[in-house]
Amino acid sequence: MTTVDESTNVVAEKRSQGQSRRSKATGARESMLRRGQRTLLPPLLLGIFLVGIWYFISYGILDEQRRFLLRPPHEVWLVGFADWGNFTEILAGLWSSTQVALIGLAAAILIGLSLATLMSQSELIERAVFPYAVTLQAIPILAIVPLIGFWFGFGVSARVIVCVIIALFPIIVNTLFGLLAAPRGLHDLFTLQRASRLTRLRKLMFPAALPAIFAGLRISAGLSVIGAIVGDFFFGRGDPGIGQLLQRYANRLLGEQLIAAIIMSSLLGVIVFQLFGWLQTWAIGAWHEERDAEF
Amino acid sequence: MTFPDGTEAVHNITLDVAPKEFVTIVGPSGCGKSTLLRIAAGLLPHSAGEVKVNRERLGFVFQDATLMEWRTVQGNVELLAELRGMSAKERKARATEAIALVGLKGFENHYPKSLSGGMKMRVSLARTLTLEPPVFLFDEPFGALDEITRERLNEETLKLFMREQFAALFITHSIAEAVFLSTRVHVMSARPGRIIATFEVPFGYPRDAELRFDAAFGELSREISHALLEGHA
Repeated sequence: MTTVDESTNVVAEKRSQGQSRRSKATGARESMLRRGQRTLLPPLLLGIFLVGIWYFISYGILDEQRRFLLRPPHEVWLVGFADWGNFTEILAGLWSSTQVALIGLAAAILIGLSLATLMSQSELIERAVFPYAVTLQAIPILAIVPLIGFWFGFGVSARVIVCVIIALFPIIVNTLFGLLAAPRGLHDLFTLQRASRLTRLRKLMFPAALPAIFAGLRISAGLSVIGAIVGDFFFGRGDPGIGQLLQRYANRLLGEQLIAAIIMSSLLGVIVFQLFGWLQTWAIGAWHEERDAEF
Repeated sequence: MTFPDGTEAVHNITLDVAPKEFVTIVGPSGCGKSTLLRIAAGLLPHSAGEVKVNRERLGFVFQDATLMEWRTVQGNVELLAELRGMSAKERKARATEAIALVGLKGFENHYPKSLSGGMKMRVSLARTLTLEPPVFLFDEPFGALDEITRERLNEETLKLFMREQFAALFITHSIAEAVFLSTRVHVMSARPGRIIATFEVPFGYPRDAELRFDAAFGELSREISHALLEGHA
C-alpha cells in the first residue's frame, strides 16, 4: 500500500516540477490572466466533463433503488457540504486526523533526520540500519495492527505510530542520499583546511542535503495524512478522525456524506503536499535549481 | 606512487617549484598528473619518495569551480577564511578584496546558479586568494571553459601571479596555456606517469596576450607538442 502511494506521489512531484518549469519558461511573455486561463481552464473543463459522467451514472445507469451507490453531485453538495451540521462533523474529523498526521510527521522527521545523520557518519551504522529501514517500509500495516494495539492501545497514540511507520522511510533515504551527495571537490577543500567532522557535517553535508531532504519531506507529508486515515480504520478510540467517519458513513449508507468526506480528505492531502512545496521554495528556492534527478 | 591494487600511477618524478616560479605539467588524460598534484596537496598518500610542500595556507584550485550552490559569491569566497577560524570582520575584508581582484565586484550577492562557467572559476580563484597562499596548485582549472574565456583567465592568472608572488604548480593538457603561463614546462607520459622532457620558457613577465602569436612562442609549442607525441609512441 505505501509503495503504491509513494510512487504516485513521486509522479505528482515530477509533474509539478515539469509544470513549474514550463510556466517559468513562458511566464515572462504572458499576462497573469492568460497564464490563469492556461493553467485553470483545462482542469476545469475536465472537471465539468467528469461531473457530467457522474450525473449520467447516477441517473442514467442506476435505477432509483440502487441510486444510493452513487448519489448525484448536487445531493452530495446539499447534504455533505451545505448542511452545516454534517459539514462541521467532517471538518472536526479532518482536524483530528490532521493533528495525528502532524504529530506523526514531526516524529518521523526527528527520527529520520537523526538516523540518516548517524548513518552518514559511519558506514558500519549505515550497513547495520539500512536493511531494517527497508523492512520497515515493507511491513504490511495490517500485519502489525494487533501488536500496536497491544502496546499502545487503540487510540491516538497507535494512530500516530502508524503515521511514523509509513512516513519514516522516505525521510531516511532522501536525507542519507543528500548527505552523501556533497561534491568530492568540496570535501577535498574541507580536508585541506583540516575541518572537523562536525564542521564538515554542519557547513557542507547538511546544506548540500537540503534539496533531497525537502523532496523526502514532501513525500512523507503526503504519506502521514494517509497514515492518519489508515490508522483511524484500525484504532478508532478517542476523537473520531476522518477515517472513522468514512467507515461510519459507509456502514450507514450515507452516500452523500461519504463522498463529501472523501473529497475533503483528498483535499487535505493536496494541501499538505502543496504546503511543503511552498516551504521548499521559501527555504531553498533562492539558490536551488530544480532538476529531474531529485530522487 | 603505487595504488593498493599495484597500479603504478606516477614513477620517479623529481619536481621543484621555487617561489615566484610558475611550473606547468602537460600530459595526456590519465597520465597521472592529477595524482601528482593530489600527492603534493596531501590529499593522497605516496608509497615511496619524498614530498616537501609548504602546506600552510596551501592554495588548491580544482578542475571545476566546486562552489557551494547554497552560498552567495561572498559566502563562497569567505569559506576558507571561515574554516581557518578568522573573525567575521577579517574574512569579509579579505573576501571583498579578492572579489574585486578577480573582477566580480557587484556580484557579491549572486548565487552560483546565475553565474557563467568563467565567473564561477573566478569565484573559485578569489576563494583561494583569501588565504594569501605562498603555494598555488592548479588542477586543470580552465579545462572546461571555452577558448576565449580560458585565454582571458590565463592573462588574469598571470596578473595575480605577479601581484601575489606565489609559487605555482599548474596541470593542463593545453600546450598553449602551458607556454603562456609558465617559467618551466614539464611533459609527462602515461603508465607509469613520468616526466619525459622539460622546457625552460624564455619569456619574461609581464606577458602580453599578443605573445601567443610570437614566432618563438610557436616554436616552443611545436617542440613541446613533439615531445608529447614521442612520449605517446
